[in-house]
Amino acid sequence: MTGWQTLFYKEILRFWKVSFQTVAAPVLTAVLYLLIFGHVLEDHVKVYDRIGYTAFLVPGLVMMSILQNAFANSSSSLIQSKIMGSLVFVLLTPLSHWGWFVAYVGSSIVRGLAVGLGVFVVTLAFARPEFAAPLWIVVFALLGAALLATLGLIAGLWADKFDQMAAFQNFVIVPMTFLSGVFYSIQSLPPFWQTVSHLNPFFYMIDGFRYGFFGQSDTSPWLSLAIVGFAWLAVSALAVHLLRTGYKIRN
Amino acid sequence: MPAVSFQSVSKTFHTAKGPFQALDGVSLDIEEGEFFGLLGPNGAGKTTLISILAGLARATGGRVLVQGSDVQSDYAAARRKLGVVPQELVFDPFFNVREALRIQSGYFGVKNNDAWIDELLENLGLADKATSNMRQLSGGMKRRVLVAQALVHKPPIIVLDEPTAGVDVELRQTLWQFVARLNKQGHTVLLTTHYLEEAEALCNRIAMLKRGSSGGQVVALATTSELLQAASGSVLQFKTDVALPPALAVLARVTGRIVQLPAQDAAEIESHLAALRVAGVDVHDLEIRRPDLEDVFLQVMSGTSASNIPLGEVAL
Repeated sequence: MTGWQTLFYKEILRFWKVSFQTVAAPVLTAVLYLLIFGHVLEDHVKVYDRIGYTAFLVPGLVMMSILQNAFANSSSSLIQSKIMGSLVFVLLTPLSHWGWFVAYVGSSIVRGLAVGLGVFVVTLAFARPEFAAPLWIVVFALLGAALLATLGLIAGLWADKFDQMAAFQNFVIVPMTFLSGVFYSIQSLPPFWQTVSHLNPFFYMIDGFRYGFFGQSDTSPWLSLAIVGFAWLAVSALAVHLLRTGYKIRN
Repeated sequence: MPAVSFQSVSKTFHTAKGPFQALDGVSLDIEEGEFFGLLGPNGAGKTTLISILAGLARATGGRVLVQGSDVQSDYAAARRKLGVVPQELVFDPFFNVREALRIQSGYFGVKNNDAWIDELLENLGLADKATSNMRQLSGGMKRRVLVAQALVHKPPIIVLDEPTAGVDVELRQTLWQFVARLNKQGHTVLLTTHYLEEAEALCNRIAMLKRGSSGGQVVALATTSELLQAASGSVLQFKTDVALPPALAVLARVTGRIVQLPAQDAAEIESHLAALRVAGVDVHDLEIRRPDLEDVFLQVMSGTSASNIPLGEVAL
């Protein structure tokens, strides 16, 4: 294996060795959401005419799991190895900043997709899935995971302690995912909050992903693709710049 | 071409209290095949210099070349030639020893490295720990793994940053035998240590760093034998259980019961002995010896023998 492939493999191995915590636990959490919200709201909320609430909820929960776990993987790996000092083993190598980027983002996409797939498989017991436009499902799953993995990389480089990382995760990532239309269609919101939701890039990831299942969404999947794609390129440019300059890791 | 060339290296850290200059124009060359010692008190900038060499920090001024490769502009080539044993006892808790070594090999693009990994494990006394998780190892064992990790890609230059700090005698001996053998095979070794007897025994050339008003500077650069020859005077060494008179106490280096008093000439030795007799200090195992590297180091750091100590191309 080449250098970046080894780092990619090592990062996969890292989360896989603690897969109860990194894969099984988030799957269980998502399924609990489905059970509770699905049970309480199934007969009260109708989002799309022909789709039950539980079925509507599944893609949102899958995407939420993908996003949160892709972020958690790169960010926690970096902050842990920074604080424990073991990042030095990678810093001493000839790996380029591109190698770092591909390995950390790639392995975090794998973790996000592994958890997302786990959630989807378990939810098959509760709702029959549709696959109106499967390609959109794949595209948004990959792009969403990549965007959050890259954000996690930036957060991992920036944070000096676990407290800062927890703040970033709990006060930015979690609210943005919860307020992006996981549990509802933003069409059901008052006009002001609809406008606010359109400023949240997470909304476009979940909306585009959901379009892949139902062929129906709050906004055009092409617009969602453009916004999510642009956001990923922008944060990637920042992440690569930080890695190239050794921001907070080579001084 | 030198194995390592530090050229006017400066480093300023930006801290909450303002800028802090750690290194001030450090220049020195380490030749191929040398066992080179970098000595200095805490805060002199040894680890900063090593960090710049290894790519863990960036120099504010000057440059560092590893066999001609610049550590910044040609970092990949430079890092392939270096095997660095970091000072901190760090490890990745997710892996066992063999996994850690295989992963480290992979970072350098070295494939199918098990034969060399086995040799490293054998030579460092780690063969029976290959499948142990890093968390289960003692401090000394973790230190051995750090050495093995630095050597997985067979680097021509080995950098050891205080590798024997806080480790037992057995490991020190195992480690030095192994590193000395690698040096004989042609590897260049750069060592920083606080154990000056180790440096004296192992290093054929030594640089001493000292923190000046504007950061760490090279204050001595010479072969070990030149340094020892250049040291002035002798050392009066003895054991005692009694406190020294104040006039001698300020001059003496005391380690438990062992007292070492520097003396420029025979008259000063007589003067020390007279002072001990007058004070009624009961001494045992009295001897007069040549200064060792620790005496030279103390002389250089106190500035008492700057005129005698060779500085190479570096001026005070």
